[in-house]
Amino acid sequence: MSIILDHVSHIYEKDTEMAAFALRDVCLTIPDGQFIGLIGHTGSGKSTLVQHLNGLLVPTGGCIYFNGQDIHQEGYDKKELRSRVGLVFQYPEHQLFEVDVFSDVCFGPRNLGLSEKETQLRAFEALRQVGFPEEYFYQSPFDLSGGQKRRVAIAGVLAMKPEVLILDEPTAGLDPKGRDEILDQIAGLQKETGITVILVSHSMEDIARYVDRIIVMNRGSVLFDDSPKEVFRHGRELEEVGLAVPQVTYILRELKERGMAVRTDATTLEEAEREILQALGRG
Amino acid sequence: MLRDITLGQYYQTESVIHRLDPRVKLVGTILYIISLFVCNRFTGYLIAALFLGVLIKLSKVPFRYMVKGMKAIVFLLLLTVAFNLFLTPGEPLVQFWKLTITKEGLRFSVFMAIRLTLLIIGSSLMTLTTTPNNLTDGMEKLMGPLKKIRVPVHEIAMMMSIALRFIPILMEETDKIMKAQIARGADFESGNVIKKAKAMVPLLVPLFISAFRRANDLAMAMEARCYQGGEGRTKMKPLQYRKQDFAAYGIFCCYLAVLVLVSQIGMIV
Repeated sequence: MSIILDHVSHIYEKDTEMAAFALRDVCLTIPDGQFIGLIGHTGSGKSTLVQHLNGLLVPTGGCIYFNGQDIHQEGYDKKELRSRVGLVFQYPEHQLFEVDVFSDVCFGPRNLGLSEKETQLRAFEALRQVGFPEEYFYQSPFDLSGGQKRRVAIAGVLAMKPEVLILDEPTAGLDPKGRDEILDQIAGLQKETGITVILVSHSMEDIARYVDRIIVMNRGSVLFDDSPKEVFRHGRELEEVGLAVPQVTYILRELKERGMAVRTDATTLEEAEREILQALGRG
Repeated sequence: MLRDITLGQYYQTESVIHRLDPRVKLVGTILYIISLFVCNRFTGYLIAALFLGVLIKLSKVPFRYMVKGMKAIVFLLLLTVAFNLFLTPGEPLVQFWKLTITKEGLRFSVFMAIRLTLLIIGSSLMTLTTTPNNLTDGMEKLMGPLKKIRVPVHEIAMMMSIALRFIPILMEETDKIMKAQIARGADFESGNVIKKAKAMVPLLVPLFISAFRRANDLAMAMEARCYQGGEGRTKMKPLQYRKQDFAAYGIFCCYLAVLVLVSQIGMIV
């Protein structure tokens, strides 16, 4: 059970003067249950890549396999694919349309042709999973705050019970508190249910804390694909493509340069703390 | 799907036609369209087509782009041709079932097809070579005298330029919302008319909301910059006729003269 991208390329506005390469020969394997961070500078092809994973975009070259089947072969059930690979777009709150929160979350499962009871059950569960307060279930989604709207939109995809959940910049435009809450909930959900999660972001801080694997995109190609520790070793290359390593990694590097005996591969605050305490002889 | 509409789309390149004053292009297009409907000889259409061909060549816009705009009106074109072909009274040419094709009808429908084709290509040439902002600037200036009779010329021009500016934005937005709802299992393609109309709700509601939100933001941004209509407003780049613009008017007059001459000669002969 996995997604395999085999030499996938995508050209926008193909055969016109405005043709632009968005993906160049991307090969990836996404196994079950991984928590993956997909990062890259604006325009590096992240969003284009994730739209290929549920068949919204058709590659101009190469193939995509979901559980061993080519998703663009004749007669493949795209609807079924989209229920199993859930994609939450950037600013997903812009897609809300129903009169109340609960009906909006029901939209996804209802489209799958589930019974009314099952639909409501799933909507209820999804709203609980994203920590949406029950007293607002029958409010108009347009009266909610930005963070709550986003929760509803994410629940709308979760209610389809996807095996792979892709979130395109789920924290864009949220304050630090809202950001941490949403990311914590996604991480908790991933642990609890064991689904595959792909988190698209350009913030290293967001990603480093949660994921087991980082894919770095640059100009439509995969630049690095490794564990966070390994990826952050390439600090200079990352800076060259307009990204940065987490702040704590910078601090550790600085400390080492000043003669402190620390390892510089810590990526989260907790790891860095331990490292420094150890170097100070208090670990 | 939505991207096929080229009418009202600007093609960026450097050419003599692009550099012309928008007023010249506007007046030229209107005169060209009138000339198409006044003309009633094949030789005249030949000249009109040649003239347009030369202009297209000069504009450096690939011919494909002009034809793309045609796709949208193919149905209208066929309908017009069919009506003219079968419903014009005159000397019968072919007759089958209840339909009669007359000699006049045939002639008229061919004329109509040529007219519409040249009309669409001609006006696409204008929109392809003029930025929407330039175009509305030109219109505002041309309609200037109407201000005397209290026509809110500036406001109309501003509304038009905003509307034009929003077309690509709303198109992109539609595309995005559509994709997001498809990702939630929405189906915009299958089913009968009623089902299809119902399927549009998840697309239209967010689209309207986003349009209102954008309009609101824009109004706020304009107000923050002290916009208060056309009264006393100056332009950063005021339109000014240059030598080439007068030359273009001259060339246009020549074209019209030739066309009139040709139809006159045709009359005599």
